[in-house]
Amino acid sequence: MQRIGVFVCHCGTNIAATVDVKAVAEALSHEPGVVISQDYQYMCSESGQDLVKNAIKENNLTGVVICSCSPRMHENTFRKAAASVGLNPYLVEIANIREQCSWIHKDIASATEKAIILGKAAVAKVHLNTPLTAGESPVVKRALVIGGGIAGIQTALDIAEAGFDVDIVEKEPTIGGKMAQIDKTFPTLDCAACILTPKMVEAAQNEHITIHSFSEVTDVKGFVGNFTVTVKKKARFVDETKCTGCGLCTEKCPMKKVPNEFNMGLDNRTAVYIPFAQAVPKVATIDPNYCLMLKNGKCGVCSKVCSAGAIDYKQTDKFIEQKYGAIVVATGFNPIKPDKYDEFAYSYCPDVVTSLELERLMNAAGPNGGTLLRPSDKTHPHTIVFVQCVGSRCDDEKGKPYCSKICCMYTAKHAMLIREKYPDTEVYVFYIDVRTPGKNFDEFYRRAVEQYNVHYIKGMVGKVSPKADGKIDVQASDLLSNEQLHINADMVVLATAIEPDKTARPLATMLTTQMDTNDFFTEAHPKLRPVESATAGIFLSGACQGPKDIPETVAQASAAAAKAIGLLCKNSITCNPCVAHSDELMCNGCSSCEKVCPYGAITYQDKEFRMPDRTTAIRRVASVNPAVCQGCGACTVACPSGAMDLNGFSNSQIMAEVDAICK
Amino acid sequence: MQVNENFEPVIVAFCCNWCSYAGADLSGTNRLNYPANVKIIRVPCSCRVNPIFILRAFQRGADGVIICGCHPGDCHYTSGNYFTRRRITLLYSMLDFLGIERNRTRLEWVSAAEGAKFADTMNKFVEDVKKLGKNRRLEDLRCRKQ
Amino acid sequence: MNKNQKDWIDITSGVNVRKCMRCGKCSATCPSYDEMEYHPHQFVYMVEKGDIEPLLNSESLYKCLTCFACVERCPRGVEPAKVIEAVRLTAVRQQGNNHLIPDRIPEMLDDDLPQQAIVTAFRKYTK
Repeated sequence: MQRIGVFVCHCGTNIAATVDVKAVAEALSHEPGVVISQDYQYMCSESGQDLVKNAIKENNLTGVVICSCSPRMHENTFRKAAASVGLNPYLVEIANIREQCSWIHKDIASATEKAIILGKAAVAKVHLNTPLTAGESPVVKRALVIGGGIAGIQTALDIAEAGFDVDIVEKEPTIGGKMAQIDKTFPTLDCAACILTPKMVEAAQNEHITIHSFSEVTDVKGFVGNFTVTVKKKARFVDETKCTGCGLCTEKCPMKKVPNEFNMGLDNRTAVYIPFAQAVPKVATIDPNYCLMLKNGKCGVCSKVCSAGAIDYKQTDKFIEQKYGAIVVATGFNPIKPDKYDEFAYSYCPDVVTSLELERLMNAAGPNGGTLLRPSDKTHPHTIVFVQCVGSRCDDEKGKPYCSKICCMYTAKHAMLIREKYPDTEVYVFYIDVRTPGKNFDEFYRRAVEQYNVHYIKGMVGKVSPKADGKIDVQASDLLSNEQLHINADMVVLATAIEPDKTARPLATMLTTQMDTNDFFTEAHPKLRPVESATAGIFLSGACQGPKDIPETVAQASAAAAKAIGLLCKNSITCNPCVAHSDELMCNGCSSCEKVCPYGAITYQDKEFRMPDRTTAIRRVASVNPAVCQGCGACTVACPSGAMDLNGFSNSQIMAEVDAICK
Repeated sequence: MQVNENFEPVIVAFCCNWCSYAGADLSGTNRLNYPANVKIIRVPCSCRVNPIFILRAFQRGADGVIICGCHPGDCHYTSGNYFTRRRITLLYSMLDFLGIERNRTRLEWVSAAEGAKFADTMNKFVEDVKKLGKNRRLEDLRCRKQ
Repeated sequence: MNKNQKDWIDITSGVNVRKCMRCGKCSATCPSYDEMEYHPHQFVYMVEKGDIEPLLNSESLYKCLTCFACVERCPRGVEPAKVIEAVRLTAVRQQGNNHLIPDRIPEMLDDDLPQQAIVTAFRKYTK
């Protein structure tokens, strides 16, 4: 037999002014199972809580109903109070008679009547409450960072700093990402390599960090605190442990006509290659699409010159499985290819380049050794036109609907650097809007205009036509003077939109995280939880979540690390006990629940059951992982056989509330 | 149809914990009045509302049932309210079939910030149900005392 | 501002001029820009404002080649040529006259005239 205590709070006059609390307590005392019904001035106060605690002890209560303010306010207070005297906290129910009764009604009679009904519903519910224990799930003290750009490196360094082991999985042969390709950084114009490469080395040397370069995540199983991840280490045909990075093989390789992706295909590399001098790990990789030995079985020069004996033509893809407590996604971005825009002549005119290609053309380690030359005839350009918003802010299928955020600033940087180094070069920038929100950003842009005399023209380029004499005719509009311009340019630079890396979407499927229509990862809350995904234990770092510049990326990377550390610090995580559970005897194995579960918390297992005739049978039944289930209840309604139910909000409990209200 | 001035309908409101229940709290905090006929049941998500609960309410004498959830796209559980939307749409046809007026059931999206919308919605709903008058009581004949 | 006229242009062109982000790519791409008093981006902007009277009286209406370069290249899918077409139709209907009489075509023909020009001329100058 239930022994239920009812406690009605006056909340000063907040409740008592419009609800006759004494009458409520009196009415509820006649409800079945209620053994004590009291009212008090402030139930949430120390003495109010003591009143509840003493009543629980003295009357040996099996359930408590507090008629007070919203459960969103003090449910936890009273649950803790109950727990402190040995009553399971989930045997406490709140009837909200303040926010949803006394504060909205003026008539005492009807408000009191409503308060009594709300109290009765809570009593009816608490009759069916069962003690719940929050489960615990252990946390594996190791983090995985997917992507080894500046975001991934920063996150890994911060997590390692806190003393946890971190693995970085990078799909390219080296970490460093896009920042390694950039020449200078805005708004301070310091060299990207000078600030990035020390961090890369730091990551490589950190005892807590393991770098899996030339590797990809192929499978993710498990849940927060306990992910099992399979990483494919792609065959690089070079033994990482033996290679010293001397580079002799790259010098001797006879296959020298491979487009160099690090320099955006502007020059060539060999089939066995190290992407750039400061690569981490500094290990050679053989490109099987071009290697003569791997293609035709004839060559073997690299193997002969390698004194370390690191070349291994028989290497195959290796799969490693590892457990992680937290996963940070840092898959980054790529600039789009502007070849769909015929009007910009990118696909057939070598002197029309993208901004990232210009970075390489201007970089001291780039194809021209740092001298800006036209890719077509290697002459110095005297007129350069920059086109903004190529593929950004587009409403068509060719481009992206969003603002890529970084282009305005890097174009100002390019314009400034060119004007500084080559004062005889005229620079035109065609813009729609110049967007420079950021510390010292607008000052930077103004400097380009005022000090460096860059011609900023409001308008858009409509047509780029290469001419027979090697010059490029740029037809554009100048909206402020309302005229159409023709500029005889030597080079055109397209500020192309950026898009999330192509690997992001399959990864999101593996991680059961959400993405928006542009394939950017969705954060758990756009304002208050910007670095967490909605899936527990998965964090977001850098441009995989949205376009970002380097300072913002680093800030977000550290924030993601802090969130991951917060999780890894715990030995175990407490799970919400109000989760779904399935009655295996009723489950018919239809998979309806599995399909609606947004968290992938439901799996099916073959279980052995004893049948009435004493035989056994194997049946496929649903099983809910309480550590993953968030307790939404979608499955309970989807279940056709009524096997699924939700702790704390069970079918019978809600039904009892409905009955009490409608009585 | 004659409107009974003294008719006080019984209204059951299912509110999701994250948006609409908080929205209801907000209308209380802002002292925005709505009729005492509305009694709220807290559910974790609008998708927890089994259509059976709604039928049960009608069976037990409710004159109107309103389900409130987060706005589409804002669900705390990412997709719960989409399920609700589909389920309630199906339920509408069933209620039509049973002869329960369409206006007695309603699905509304109320966010945690929309206290005023919650109060307005409830005022409007109670008014609509009052116009419809007392509900024809659904009854489980198996439970009828002989 | 003539609201009915603006609504009518919105309907006949099928273009939502509010999608324009004022980048000016339509005017940048227009081959008969120099011939025009009002340029493609101004057409879009003035229709959005409802400032249609000056457009109706402008020669620019008949300078548009209907080459659709602006439609092809507009990043927002605004389709300026269709707006111009709609304004032109308004003008043609208002005046109630055909500006091109089929019987006079043979005397206008010459070898360099592309057939496409005759087709577009019919679209532009006739009711």
